[in-house]
Amino acid sequence: MIQALELDVPARPEYIAIVRLVVSSLASARRNLADQRVDDLKLAVSEACTNAIEAHAAADIDEPVVIRVLEADERLEVQVSDSGGGFDPDDLPRHPPVTDPERLNFERGLGIPLIRTLIDGVEFINSDKGTTVRMVFFGGPAGDTGDETSEILRAVLADEE
Amino acid sequence: MELGLEVDDSRSPYTVLTVKGEVDVYTAPRLREKLVELASQGKHQIVVDLEAVEFLDSTGLGVLVGGLKRLRSNDGDLSLVCTQSRILKVFEITGLTKVFTISGSVDDATAA
Repeated sequence: MIQALELDVPARPEYIAIVRLVVSSLASARRNLADQRVDDLKLAVSEACTNAIEAHAAADIDEPVVIRVLEADERLEVQVSDSGGGFDPDDLPRHPPVTDPERLNFERGLGIPLIRTLIDGVEFINSDKGTTVRMVFFGGPAGDTGDETSEILRAVLADEE
Repeated sequence: MELGLEVDDSRSPYTVLTVKGEVDVYTAPRLREKLVELASQGKHQIVVDLEAVEFLDSTGLGVLVGGLKRLRSNDGDLSLVCTQSRILKVFEITGLTKVFTISGSVDDATAA
């Protein structure tokens, strides 16, 4: 994979809009992604950056959050790395069903499920240095017919079923 | 990045809050403050118009869920106006379409 972009952004909320803009502009310009998929990418990147910034705030860390965008023939990968204390994505509190009035007591915890739904492949890597969220989108370089992409996507979806 | 928040009290008993721009972890606190302010003024039937929202993430969803809880505890309600598929998708994925009443226009939302 070739690294297309690396951004070191201050871990402050006002920078997330800039990250969304830069990453989605790059994806639109360089990849064969439908507008709807670019929206998915924007949302997933926003969720990952929000978690990273909140992790830094919780641990009172003054380090930047690092966003890397990597490209290969058939996919785009976005990595969001923080220096926070890490977390277990499989050990998040479960929300009550949406029909349960108790559901309204949960204003948080929707970001990780959103990322998992929107992204073709996601991995949470914890280390001593923090957490890296790897998010993979299938979609060839801009200018492709998209047929190959559809094949890959179909294969992934078939695997999940 | 500015978040536009406009209040229209002309559709009693409803208060229409029109939101413009991007709702994320930076701007969502302003939306929360506005909802708290309206509720504290006794405005317990709030319609939040999301038609001019360009982006909304889970932080924005959380603020709307918090607003709904606050208003329901006062026998009120918070309903939404939204027809944009990219915004509706966020509610659908999280199942919140079953929690909020979502209308296609402010007229529909305030017709009852």
